[in-house]
This record gives sequence, C-alpha cells and structure tokens, in this order.
Amino acid sequence: MAAPTMNRAGSDSGDSAVQTLTISKALNMGLRAAMEANPKVLMMGEDIGKLGGVFRITDGLQKDFGEQRVLDTPLAESGIIGTAVGLAIRGYRPVCEIQFDGFIFPGFDQIVSQVAKLHYRTQGKNKLPMVIRVPFGGGIGAVEHHSESPESYFAHTAGLKVVSCSNPTDAYWMIQQAIDCDDPVLFFEPKRRYYEKAPVDTTKAPGPLFESRVLRTASNSASAGTSTSAGQAATLVGYGPMIRVCLDAANAAAEDGTELEVIDLRTLSPLDLGPVYDSVRRTGRLVVVSEAPSESSITSEIAAKVQQECFYSLQAPVLRVTGFDTPYPPSKLEEEFLPDLDRVLHAVDRSLAW
Amino acid sequence: MSSPEQWTHPEPASAPAATAAKPTAEQVIAGLRATDQGDVNLVQLLTPEGERVQHPDFDIDITAEELRGLYRDMVLIRRVDREANALQRKGQLGIWVPLLGQEAAQIGAGRAMRPDDMAFPSYREHGIAWTRGIHPTDLLGIFRGTDMGSWDPVEHKFHPYTIVIGNQVLNATGYAMGQKFDGKVGDADGEATMCFFGDGATSQGDVHEGFVWAAVYDAPLVFFCQNNQWAISEPTERQSRLPLYQRARGYGFPGIRVDGNDVLATLAVTRWALEECRQGNGPILIEAFTYRMDAHTTSDDPSRYRLSDELELWKLKDPIERVKVHLVKQQWADSAFFESIEQESEALAVELREFCVNMPDPPPERIFANVYAEGNPVLEAQRDEFLAYVEGFAGGEH
Ligand SMILES: Cc1ncc(C[n+]2csc(CCOP(=O)(O)OP(=O)(O)O)c2C)c(N)n1
Ligand SMILES: [Mg+2]
Repeated sequence: MAAPTMNRAGSDSGDSAVQTLTISKALNMGLRAAMEANPKVLMMGEDIGKLGGVFRITDGLQKDFGEQRVLDTPLAESGIIGTAVGLAIRGYRPVCEIQFDGFIFPGFDQIVSQVAKLHYRTQGKNKLPMVIRVPFGGGIGAVEHHSESPESYFAHTAGLKVVSCSNPTDAYWMIQQAIDCDDPVLFFEPKRRYYEKAPVDTTKAPGPLFESRVLRTASNSASAGTSTSAGQAATLVGYGPMIRVCLDAANAAAEDGTELEVIDLRTLSPLDLGPVYDSVRRTGRLVVVSEAPSESSITSEIAAKVQQECFYSLQAPVLRVTGFDTPYPPSKLEEEFLPDLDRVLHAVDRSLAW
Repeated sequence: MSSPEQWTHPEPASAPAATAAKPTAEQVIAGLRATDQGDVNLVQLLTPEGERVQHPDFDIDITAEELRGLYRDMVLIRRVDREANALQRKGQLGIWVPLLGQEAAQIGAGRAMRPDDMAFPSYREHGIAWTRGIHPTDLLGIFRGTDMGSWDPVEHKFHPYTIVIGNQVLNATGYAMGQKFDGKVGDADGEATMCFFGDGATSQGDVHEGFVWAAVYDAPLVFFCQNNQWAISEPTERQSRLPLYQRARGYGFPGIRVDGNDVLATLAVTRWALEECRQGNGPILIEAFTYRMDAHTTSDDPSRYRLSDELELWKLKDPIERVKVHLVKQQWADSAFFESIEQESEALAVELREFCVNMPDPPPERIFANVYAEGNPVLEAQRDEFLAYVEGFAGGEH
C-alpha cells in the first residue's frame, strides 16, 4: 500500500461526517478526496472533463484540479490504458474511466498484456498503481454494448485485482482504497444503481478493500431468533448491482419463514470466500447471483471452491442465477435476461427442495 | 479529373500543423477552430446562400429533377429524425441518435453509391440507410430495444449499425479487399465499399489499422469521415492537430475535405472517389466538414460543453435551406413542389409514429436465437430450462 490514507476525512469538517449520498455522488466525492490527498492522482477518459463523464462521476473535478489532472483524452481505449501505464511507471496514479462496459475491449490488449504483467516481468521494479473504472451491467434500457458484465475476463487474468461496489459507503471508500493500492485494480460500478441513496460516514472506512462482507445473517434477519435448521436457510452471494436483488429476495423469503444470509463479495479477484464458507456451513445451501453469463465465470469459480471447502456441509448443489450464455439481448428482453427476485427465489426453492 | 497521385501530395494550406496554436475561446465560439484554420481546400459547389460556384477539380452536371430529388431526400430524412427524436421524448424509444445537420453529407454520399456497392455505417447514418432503400421504420427497433437492426444487410448491402467506435472500419476494409480479390475492381463497372465514421473515431487504433490495410491492399474503399466537430463533448482538436483529411497523406492515399453541408459537393466528390476505387485507385479518404446540430444523443446535454452561438453560426450554413434557395432562384421548383414534399414528410412521420407505438415486444426465445450458426447444445439446454420456467409463470404454478 501507498501512504495510508484510509481514515482520512472525505472533506474537512467533522459535522458533515454522515451524509446521505447516491453511489454516483459518493464516487465523485471519493475521487475528489483521493485527488486532494495525493497530487499524483490523475483522471483520464472520454468526456470526463467539462461534461463530467456521461454519468457525471467526475463532475466538477476538471474545473477544480485543471486539465493536467483531469484529462479529456482522445477517443481510444487502448490509448487511455496504454498511456496510463506509462504515467504510472513515471510515478502517477492514473484513474481511467471506461465510458461503458462494452467499450473496454479496445483496451483489452493493454490490460492483459501490460497492466497485468508488468510487475511480474520486471520482478517488482515497476509498480502499476492504476485504477480502471467501469460502469457495468444492464437494466437501463440501453442499446448494444452498454449493459455488459465483462468482469470475469479480468478476474481470469493473473496480475489484476477486481472489485465491485454495491452501495454508497463502499463507493466512497473502495474507490479511494483502490487508488491507494499499488496493484492495478479494475473497479466495476453498478451503473443502474448509481442513483440509489444511503447514509455514508466519510470519517472512517468500514474495512479493507479486498474483503467480502456479510450483509445479513440468519440470526439478525427479519425473523430473528428462529433457528436456522436445515431446509429453512440458504446463503445468497452476489456483488455490484445484484446485491439489491439479493437483499430484496432475503426480505421476501423471510416473510415465508426462510432465512437467507446475504454476502456481498466486493472483491472478485482475489476472492475472499471465508465468510461464504462459514455461512454455507451454517445453512448448507448456496445460490450465487450475477448478471454475467455463467460459463467459465466468477460464479463457476465460487461454485467450484465452495463444493471443495464445504463438501460435507452442503445439503444441495451450489446453484447459480446468472445472465444467459448469449450476447446481451435487445433491451426489451433484459428483464428476462437479468436475474431478478423471482429467479433468485425460484433457485432458493429448488435448493431447499433438493 | 485529376489523378490520384496529385492528391497524394496536397500541400498543407497553412503553417505546418505541428506549430498550429490552440484555438482561442473566440474561435471556438465562432465555429472557426483549428481544423478549419486557413484551409482553402474545402470543396464547395453550392454556397450557404444557395449560389452555385465552380471548383477547378470537381464539378457536377445536375438536372432540376435530380436536385429536387436530393432536396426531397434531405427533407424526408430530417423529418424522420425529428419524429424519432420526439418519439424518444414521449417514451416510445429508449434513445435516439440525431442526424440533424448532417443530411447533405449523408444524402450526397449515399446517392453517389450504386446498388452493388457496400456500405458500413456507424450509428448516426439514418440518411445513408435511406439511400440504401431501408425504410426508416426498420431503424426504430434498435432504439426501442426490440432488435439490433431489422434490415437484411446482405440484400441492402448496408451493414448493421456499429456502436463500438471504429470497429466497422476494419470490417469495411476486409470487405473491400474481398471485392478486389474477387476481380470486381479495375474498370468503370467495378465495385467499391464505403465506410462511415466520425471525427472522434479517427483516434481509434482500428481506424488507423484500416488506413494501413486498405493502402497496402489497394482496397476499393472510400473512408467517409463526417467531421461534425464534436465527439460527444470533445471538439475535433482533441483528436488531431491536423485537419483530418490531411492524415490520408501519411498513409499514402488521397484525402479531400468537402463541405459536408453541401449536397452537390458531397455527391460530386464521393462519385469521383468511388470511381477511382472502381478503377483500382483506392482507397480514398473524404472528410465531410459538417456540424452536429442537436445533442450527441437524446441522453446528452450539450449546454454543458458548447455554446449556443456556435449552433447559431452553423444554422446559417444549413444543408437544406441552401438547396431550397437554389431551386427557387433557378425556378426549378415552385410552391406546389415544396408543398407536396411537406405533405409527403408529414405522412412519413405519421407512418413512423404509428409503426413505433405498435411494435410488439420480442418473445423471450429471441434471447437465445442465432447465437451460433451451428447451434450449441449447452445453450439449448439453458434455453429450454428458462422457457419452462417462464411457462411455469404463465400457468400460474409458481
Ligand atoms: C469504443 C467506444 N468507446 C466509447 C464509445 C462511447 N461513444 C459513443 S459515441 C462517442 C463519440 C463519437 O464521436 P464521433 O466519432 O465524432 O462520432 P459522432 O457521434 O460525432 O457521429 C463515444 C465516445 C463507443 N461507442 N465506443
Ligand atoms: Mg463527431
């Protein structure tokens, strides 16, 4: 880690420590705090200057930090990533914005060939403290290439770290922690949740970056106090935009007397599955939820690891609720394509009935 | 007509680009930015005032009927564009990508093509689509979210819209290489390909690679860059120090800048370029100098990054108005003609509206259809499982 800035205040005054923020505003404030804390932090991307990015995540940053620190780059993702590598070698900490998930691929070569491997190739002499921010996932009624979930490609690539935030507090803190990290971090932002609000404490990070978090356990759920006997409980694991779906499913299941534990992965590479194993040992059942296609994916990896670590605790096979193994469909079909409350509960029912 | 060799060595009109100063704020406001500085090489045949002017290398014989046809094309496609924009505002489309201001560039280029030529559009090419015989209703599904383009790209020789900036340029290059390998190049009956992209796209590696490939394989390809001055919020000088058409020189083929708001000049220059390609003298780059008069898309807010003065200036260079003025001056059209075009465009708008609101949603099985040419048993199992699940809802079992 670079200079520990984990507990720095988001702005200055203590009285505004807890604020209700959207994910988008929290990211914006997190980026601002990182730029204030370290003059080597740069923003690079298409339309991130005057426009503030198409989602306004960098709103106001160019105005306050200047064109040398917030770069409206030419329109080329390979250029953005490739030059960020050079800047990082030179001592900067670039934060690249990819406008939409589907536009990361012109930069894919630079990411897998240089970003991921340089530290290894130079035996640690070159560090690459860069962040690649990617608004990802569907549900916004967009045209092609604007709704994809490409995270597994990067989790599959050694040398990259991959995280995803699901709420404003994590948005605010995780982006700063990612910028502080000396390894390159792919930072996946749940674009359809950008405008969801929650209180954020800007004085203290809730925990380290590369840890998953238990959001709901059987004992502290709505019908607290009831036992979690087998057949009545299951574990839900998700990340990013699917956390909202998992929590809604847990609330709905609680009404029917089923206890669902919910774990937000937060880090997709390296995976932090300890809390998942603990939960599965309690519930005996696991449903993994992701918008990404299922073949050879993060959800496959979780299923493989859980069956290996929790083999004797499992009462049912690990089930997955994911996007289908097709291109992302025309948006009128995305409701069918995306995992929703019903599909998650259906999988829970199947698991319970196994 | 001049030989391509001559066009490979145009002298830059002004000071070497490497020393070109950044435009001042006033220049930006006036729409006179670095890419337009002192450049006398803009081909124009019809001034914004509707005056026919001569150009030493390009001229065009145009009949009254032909010019009325071009006028009609532009009015109708503008009406389609405005109607689709309104349909988005009413929630009938998820998004719309306006072509407002680029009618002459697209109709001029599109009408220069022959049925056997192939076209690779980006996503704003509604005017090109029109000239390829695609009914505007076929564009709506992309923006309503029911499909990804419903025309047959083989039949119309009009590739699907490509949204990933620059991708189609390499695809077009390969197609043109195929035309050459098939022996379709070498005389006046030859085939050619046109590829459409924006000023922003010229920064993408794919576009540069397309330039290299097309040059190395003498591909019969016209690179048609619509420089509408903006790539969302970034002005063209974010992408280049040099006027874009001058880039061609570095790759070894001709580059020409045409007034993209002048349908006659665009038609003349594109015809010439296609003819050169048919004969085997391709590729050629055309930069159509024009202006995006509306937002980037209906999701965009241009007031955040450009001044309305710029728009006001470009309104004086409107591509349709100058043709109208010329038709009237020449007494090539009377009020009855203009009235009939007005009525036709109104009828087209009604048709578009009715078609749009009645478009059915696609069935769930469409998600899984046509992923592979030869099928995939794993995917088919996934499809069957999902359809059974959906069926369960329909039967009220869940
Ligand atoms: C590879 C890629 N990166 C980013 C985008 C997002 N994007 C869509 S249009 C656009 C600007 C394109 O500008 P230009 O090439 O000038 O075409 P115009 O939209 O002006 O017609 C951008 C950045 C994209 N579609 N593809
Ligand atoms: Mg443009």
